[in-house]
Amino acid sequence: MTYRQARWTREGCLEPLVFELSRAGRKGTSLPPKVLARIKIPDKLIRRSLELPELSEPEVVRHYTRLSQMNYGVDLVFYPIGSCTMKYNPKICDELANAEEAACIHPYQAEETVQGALELMYRLERYLAEIAGVSRVCLQPSAGAHGELLGMLLVRAYHRSRGETRTQVIVPDSAHGTNFASAAMAGFNVVVIPSNNRGRVDLEALKSAVSEKTAALMLTNPNTLGLFEDEILEIAGMVHEVGGLLYYDGANMNGILGKSRPGDMGFDITHFNLHKTFSTPHGGGGPGAGPVGVVRKLEDFLPVPIIEYDRKRYYLDYDRPNSIGKIRSFYGNFGVLVKAYTYILMMGASGLEEVAETAVVNANYVMRKMADVSGFEVEFDGPCKHEVVFSAEPLKRETGVTARDVAKRLLDYGMHAPTYYFPPIVPEALMVEPTETETKEELDRFIAAMREIAEEARLNPEKLRAAPTATAIGRLDEVKASREPILSWKMYRKLAKE
Amino acid sequence: MPHHYIPNVREIKEQMLRETGIAGIDELFADIPQKIRLKRKLNLPAAMSELEVKRHVRAILSKNKPFTQMPSFLGGGAWPHHVPAHVHSLIQRAEFLTSYTPYQPEASQGILQALFEYQSLICELTGLEVANASMYDWATALGEAALMCARATGRRKFIVPELISWERLSVLRNYVSGPDLKIVGIGYDGRTGQLNLDQLHRELDEDTAGVYIENPSYLGFLETQVDEIAEAAYLAGSKFVVGVNPISLGLLKAPGDYGADIVVGEGQPLGNQVSFGGPALGIFACRGDEKLIRQLPGRLVGMTTTLDGKLRGFTMTLQAREQHIRRERATSNICSNEALCAVAAAIYLTSLGPRGLRELSEICAANASYAMKRLKTIRGLETPIFSSPHFNEFTLKCTKPKLTIEKFNARLLSQGVHGGKPIRSEFPKLGETALLCTTELHTREDIDMLVEAAARAVGGKA
Repeated sequence: MTYRQARWTREGCLEPLVFELSRAGRKGTSLPPKVLARIKIPDKLIRRSLELPELSEPEVVRHYTRLSQMNYGVDLVFYPIGSCTMKYNPKICDELANAEEAACIHPYQAEETVQGALELMYRLERYLAEIAGVSRVCLQPSAGAHGELLGMLLVRAYHRSRGETRTQVIVPDSAHGTNFASAAMAGFNVVVIPSNNRGRVDLEALKSAVSEKTAALMLTNPNTLGLFEDEILEIAGMVHEVGGLLYYDGANMNGILGKSRPGDMGFDITHFNLHKTFSTPHGGGGPGAGPVGVVRKLEDFLPVPIIEYDRKRYYLDYDRPNSIGKIRSFYGNFGVLVKAYTYILMMGASGLEEVAETAVVNANYVMRKMADVSGFEVEFDGPCKHEVVFSAEPLKRETGVTARDVAKRLLDYGMHAPTYYFPPIVPEALMVEPTETETKEELDRFIAAMREIAEEARLNPEKLRAAPTATAIGRLDEVKASREPILSWKMYRKLAKE
Repeated sequence: MPHHYIPNVREIKEQMLRETGIAGIDELFADIPQKIRLKRKLNLPAAMSELEVKRHVRAILSKNKPFTQMPSFLGGGAWPHHVPAHVHSLIQRAEFLTSYTPYQPEASQGILQALFEYQSLICELTGLEVANASMYDWATALGEAALMCARATGRRKFIVPELISWERLSVLRNYVSGPDLKIVGIGYDGRTGQLNLDQLHRELDEDTAGVYIENPSYLGFLETQVDEIAEAAYLAGSKFVVGVNPISLGLLKAPGDYGADIVVGEGQPLGNQVSFGGPALGIFACRGDEKLIRQLPGRLVGMTTTLDGKLRGFTMTLQAREQHIRRERATSNICSNEALCAVAAAIYLTSLGPRGLRELSEICAANASYAMKRLKTIRGLETPIFSSPHFNEFTLKCTKPKLTIEKFNARLLSQGVHGGKPIRSEFPKLGETALLCTTELHTREDIDMLVEAAARAVGGKA
């Protein structure tokens, strides 16, 4: 199978910018008539100039359609980007979220006019609580990292309520970058502990890290190596022993759905990535949703409002004196919540378990089949869960070709690249998450592609370093991009004038 | 029963296990300690067919009454507008919709260029040189702006108007609680609503990191002392931050042109549905000052060329600010943002063009002006409560004794009209007052209906 991405070029660029396509006098939409009324804007606040592009509707449509053709999405290609769970996004979820009764309701509408929205959120909360084994779930966070920030604020509120000031959050060295940043943003000092030679939390290191200063431990399980933290009960015991809380980073929940629940493992706070595990499309960076579940003792601190049901009607409860307040406006990314709710209903309990089983079978299949592809190795023994991390270190030693080169070359096969150089504890890391929605045939194609790329690294490394060539554009000068940043049309024009 | 989203059905999985020498699926989960294995099925409904799910979800959603089916005058940070069909259709393109963050620029030029265009369009609107690729919403953008001011100045106080949405203020307080910045509120002139400049001058000191205003204000009136506020902030060595409804910028001067260092705002009205308040789109822009740029939170798309210099291209840049590189020293923890909403905003602004945005801005303001003019004549109502000029939102106060604003709204609703957002609990001093909003969605008939319903609600005639 070969693939070439669409490539629209003219005069040194791909598709021009909308500013370059502009012709004075054109317009791309129509507006209703204005009522006759005098608008009083003080002269000094009146806008004198506005330099937006002028395009007709057909031009707008063609421009953005062409741009879309120069973009990989999971509807188009295998997208094994580790820790991102790029599974198929069912179309029914989009259809329902776009329904007028979901898209055209206002957050401040009288409760009796939004009973459906409240009911859907109430039910989704119950489902998520059951899936993670927690007591209540706040649906408000807009993304996983946002959920982490909320989680850390809850950690602080909890310790404060007990008259304690705890300053440290422990994070394993294999953790997602957001864990460190979220803990720091909430004002904690981050204590990093190393992984052991099994790729899991080093209990000795944890033992010497925990103290009465420990506010929480942040952990993802399965971890970023795709490995289940099999000593989680001991870990939880050590952290709870000193009065700390356990935070579950839900990015990797796809590997344990219906098999094991964070709440049962001893986690006090759990976030969900609805745009990963629950299949809502990621939109090129967002919107996502990162609901946060908590055990009973943390419920009182959750943001307002929470949604309640008195057997007659659903309502928003703001009367929560110990709540930390708000972490965003309104109630969360409702459109995303509708999609996740729909997805859970489509899958059902057995379907979600089948998701985990298949995702794990697929990842292990790739891991084992890659064992005889020379150049790549897996550093840690045992079955993985939803993802597997290969090291391309042997290939690099042998040929000088890097994990990045391999990843870029995969783009030429009509596949998205795995995550590379993460987690940082694996040299030349290539993190592969196939998900449950890929066929065996596609996985075989991926393995064959990796084999070919390894061969190419030996025979023709230059070609590999020049990859990708089947994409709309080749490798970009990222050093120039950050040394002389051009972040807008305005900056670009200013530089052009100089 | 195999699930139709899962192609590797049982037989295929078994074949895969055989080929790789794995005894069975259980072997792959054997490392989960017995004690924490879920030994039952999740207590969730059984899987349904697509048709059944569709009926079920539609039945729940049908208990909502969309604002498309009744005149509604709600705004307050989520503003209903018409989303042109082509805007919606383009962001449903699967290549955009189902892509991840563009970590591989070679395969993601489409979304990267669209985001660069979004950033550029926000710069044109705000009069600034740099905008990021989006924050979650206005409130979190404000929180991040306060943190950025503190980083950029090394100071710890952030000044805000008292007339600000309590939700936004609450989010702000939570965002600055880590470094424990001090939030100080500035009062207003009881007649005009304008910021109390004397108090501002008293509060501005060598520890002030930022001064924040909203224009139009939360209650819809225009802050006309922008030059004075900007100068006061500048003289105190503080950053000046302005929060906006971007639709207003078709008519109103760009904040960058009156001295704003940072502009935040809610981008939802730019081509995105209200959707019960989310997804939203946090606008975040700043001056093109290198020191500020290095302190920006969130993703930035930059223009560059291919390594051989031959072809222009776009890539995420200045990533050394971000969590995946800098970890606990990152400028923010944000990772997923609202990229697709930003693309919608780019398509929308490109479609409106300069004249379209100006016209839209005028329609929204003219509708509010017409509504106020008519509502004013009703005995028992006062509108607006502040004498300053307004954009498309305004306050309406019930002055009839014993008629609460909730009761007034209930009477409107019983006549098929949704009134504004009650603000008494936010600002008890302002009495039985609601915040109303008009956009191009409102016809003259809708507004007349509001006026007549309001007159009946206070027991009078329009």
